[in-house]
Amino acid sequence: MSAILQGAGAGAATALSPFNSIDSNNLVAPSRSSLSVRSKRYNVSGSDGTKSFGSGLITRRSEPLIPNAVATKTDNAASSTSSTSGHELLLFEALQEGLEEEMDRDPHVCVMGEDVGHYGGSYKVTKGLADKFGDLRVLDTPICENAFTGMGIGAAMTGLRPVIEGMNMGFLLLAFNQISNNCGMLHYTSGGQFTIPVVIRGPGGVGRQLGAEHSQRLESYFQSIPGIQMVACSTPYNAKGLMKAAIRSENPVILFEHVLLYNLKESIPDEEYICNLEEAEMVRPGEHITILTYSRMRYHVMQAAKTLVNKGYDPEVIDIRSLKPFDLHTIGNSVKKTHRVLIVEECMRTGGIGASLTAAINENFHDYLDAPVMCLSSQDVPTPYAGTLEEWTVVQPAQIVTAVEHLCQ
Amino acid sequence: MATAFSPTKLTATVPLHGSQENRLLLPIRLASPSSFLGSTRSLTINSSRRLNHAANAARRSPIVGVQEIVKEKKATNSLLITKEEGLELYEDMILGRSFEDMCAQMYYRGKMFGFVHLYNGQEAVSTGFIKLLTKTDSVVSTYRDHVHALSKGVSARAVMSELFGKVTGCCRGQGGSMHMFSKEHNMLGGFAFIGEGIPVATGAAFTSKYKREVLKQNCEDVTVAFFGDGTCNNGQFYECLNMAALYKLPIIFVVENNLWAIGMSHLRSTSDPEIWKKGPAFGMPGVHVDGMDVLKVRQVAKEAVTRARRGEGPTLVECETYRFRGHSLADPDELRDAAEKAKYAARDPITALKKYLVENKLANEGELKSIEKKIDELVEEAVEFADASPQPGRSQLLENVFADPKGFGIGPDGRYRCEDPKFTEGTAQV
Repeated sequence: MSAILQGAGAGAATALSPFNSIDSNNLVAPSRSSLSVRSKRYNVSGSDGTKSFGSGLITRRSEPLIPNAVATKTDNAASSTSSTSGHELLLFEALQEGLEEEMDRDPHVCVMGEDVGHYGGSYKVTKGLADKFGDLRVLDTPICENAFTGMGIGAAMTGLRPVIEGMNMGFLLLAFNQISNNCGMLHYTSGGQFTIPVVIRGPGGVGRQLGAEHSQRLESYFQSIPGIQMVACSTPYNAKGLMKAAIRSENPVILFEHVLLYNLKESIPDEEYICNLEEAEMVRPGEHITILTYSRMRYHVMQAAKTLVNKGYDPEVIDIRSLKPFDLHTIGNSVKKTHRVLIVEECMRTGGIGASLTAAINENFHDYLDAPVMCLSSQDVPTPYAGTLEEWTVVQPAQIVTAVEHLCQ
Repeated sequence: MATAFSPTKLTATVPLHGSQENRLLLPIRLASPSSFLGSTRSLTINSSRRLNHAANAARRSPIVGVQEIVKEKKATNSLLITKEEGLELYEDMILGRSFEDMCAQMYYRGKMFGFVHLYNGQEAVSTGFIKLLTKTDSVVSTYRDHVHALSKGVSARAVMSELFGKVTGCCRGQGGSMHMFSKEHNMLGGFAFIGEGIPVATGAAFTSKYKREVLKQNCEDVTVAFFGDGTCNNGQFYECLNMAALYKLPIIFVVENNLWAIGMSHLRSTSDPEIWKKGPAFGMPGVHVDGMDVLKVRQVAKEAVTRARRGEGPTLVECETYRFRGHSLADPDELRDAAEKAKYAARDPITALKKYLVENKLANEGELKSIEKKIDELVEEAVEFADASPQPGRSQLLENVFADPKGFGIGPDGRYRCEDPKFTEGTAQV
C-alpha cells in the first residue's frame, strides 16, 4: 500500500508541479509519463474494436470494458515508450489539428461560425483552415447564431458534416431553439429518417473576469435535451481525440472547450488516434476517494490532489469527459473501490452536471457508498466581474482538500 | 446581373429573370385599394395614417407581380399550361382539399389529437410551387404541413397514418401533424415553431451550393421554404434572407400570407405589410403574387426556381392567400370578419382553376369529376389504411433518439447500455 502510495504520489507530484500557477498562460499539461493512462488507449483510444453498432466510429468495444482506469498502474512501461514519438502543441492547436485531419479525410466536413474563416477563429482554433480549404468549407457567417446554427442543421440533414462554432459558447443561447428542437429532436420526430451529424463547439466556462454573459456554464442548460451528446475536453490529447470522434459521430455532439485551457501544452502522438466519446478518463488512480471532475476543474482537483497526497490521502481522480451520457462503468468501478465520491464541477449547483451525476451514482451504486456523495459546484450566481468575487464563485483547490478530509473522516 | 440588383432598379421593377429580354415582372397596380391585404375590420380600426399606408400609399407603389403578363399571354391566345399540367395541378389541389376536409372529420371523430392545422384555401401556393420541383429538390414547411408533404409526393396513406399516430406513418407516428418528414421525397419537415424551418431550408440550399462548388457534383437542387406572414416578423427570416443573398443560395422563400397569425391581423403586426419588399432590401428579387391563383403562382415559381437552378440566388415570393378554416381545429375562428371570409371564399383557388380549365377547353366537367372521384377514393382508402394500421409498439420508444445508439452511454457493467435487451424492448429507463 505504501509503495503504491509513494509511487502514485511521486507521479502526481511531477504532474502537478506546473500547476502552481493557475494562470492559463502558464498552464502546461503534465508530461506523457504522468498521464500514463492515456497511452494505453491511444490509437484505439480506450477501446478494442467492436462487433455491434456499426456506426462510423472507429473506437468501438468488443468486450466488456477493460477499465483503463484500474489497469493503469501497471501500464507505465507502455506509456514511456509511446512518449518517444509525438509532437508538442497547445490545446487550441490540437483542436485545429483534429479538425484539419478530419477535413482532409472527408470533404463533407465543413466549419461555420462567426470569424472562423479569414480571422481564424476567436481563439484561433480554425486558423489557416480557410486558406487551405476555401471560404465555403470554412464559412464566415454573419452574426446570427440562431440562423447559422439552423443552417448547419439543414446542411447536416442533407449530407454535410458541419462543425458549428459558437464564438463564445454563451452566444449559442441565441440558438437554443435550433439546438434543442432541431439538433436534438429532429432525428426522432422524423422517425429516424434524418440524421444530424453536427458538432457544436466553442470556448466556454468561467474565464478571467469576462463578466457574467461571457462566463457561462452552459452544460447544465443543454444536458436535458434528448438526442444530444456532450463532451468536455481538458488536455491537448483528448481535445484532438474528442474533436475527431465528435465529427465522425452520427449523433449531434456538443464539444465544450474551456477558455482558460487553450494554452495547455502537451506532447501528443504523431500517429492518428481518436478518443471514445462515451468514456471517462482516469487521471490519477487512487484508493481512498473518487473525485469526479471535468474540464478546467480537473486542474483545480490535481492541485488539491498534491496537497492531499502530502497529507497521506490517495485520491482517485477521474475526468468524466462525457457529460452526457456518463461513463457509469469507469465511475462505478471507482466507487466500488473507494466507496467515497466527491464531484468537483464548474457548473451551477442547481440542475448542473454534478446534480445529475449525484443522482446517477445514488441510483446505481448506493450500496457501495460509505458516505453521501458530495458535490462541489460553482455558486448559483451570475459570474461576477470582480476578481475576488469570481474566485469565490468557482470551486478552489482548498475547498476540495477540505471536502476530501471531511469525506474520509 | 449585379446591376439588376442595384437599389434604384429594384424600387422600380425587379427582374426576376436574369436575361433582359425576358423580363417577366412589370409593375402593376391592384385594381381596388381594398382588394387584398387584410381584414376590412382591421382597416377600420386602424388610424387613418396606417389605413392610408396600407390601403393606398403602399398599394400605389409598384408591386411586382404577374397579373399583366397573365393577361398579355391570354391576349396572344397562348395558354399558360398544357392539358396534362392542368389536370395534374387540379388533382393535387383536390387532393390537398379533400385530405384536409377528411382530417377535420377524423379529428372530430377522435381519430387524431393535438394541434391540427389545415391548409384549406391555400392550395394554390403548395401546388403552384411544389409541382414544379423534382424529387431531389427540398421542401421545408411549417406546422401547416400536410399538403406540402402531399404535393411533394408523400402518399396520403403515410400522412394520414402519421396523423393517426400509427407505425405506418411517414415518421412512424413519432412526428405527428406538425412534423411531417420524408427523406425519400426530400421533405425536410414540418417545423412547429415559427421561423425555425427557414434556417434549416437555408442549410439545405447551402448543401446544394456546397455539392456544386466544393464536391464538384452536378447538383441543381433547389430548396423551397414555406412560411406565413406572422413569421416575417421573426428574426430568423431576416437572418436567412441575408445569408441566402450573401451566399447566393438556390432557395425560394415563399410567404403564404393568409393575413392572420392566429388572431393577429397582418396589418396590426407588421409595420410595412408588403412583405415582398423585403427581398430587394436584402438584394434579392421580391415578388408579389395572387396566392389564390395557381397559374400565377406557378408562373412566378417557374421563374424563381429557374433562377435558383441557374445559380442566380434566392427569391422572396409573397403569395396573398387566405385560410378557409380557423388557425387550427382547436380554433373556433370567431374573430375574423364574416364578410372577409366570404370575400375570399368567393375566390376559391380550386374553383378558379376549374373555371380556367373548362373555359379554355383544357378539360371537361367529366374529366374533372373523375379526378375528384379518384381522390375521394384515395383519401377514403388512406383513412382505412391508417385505421387498420398498428399502433407503435413499446420497442419503438427508444429507437431513433440517437442515430448511433451508443449515445445512451456505457452502463455499470461496462457494456453499452443500448446492448441491454431492455433498450430493444423499450422498457429501459433513460
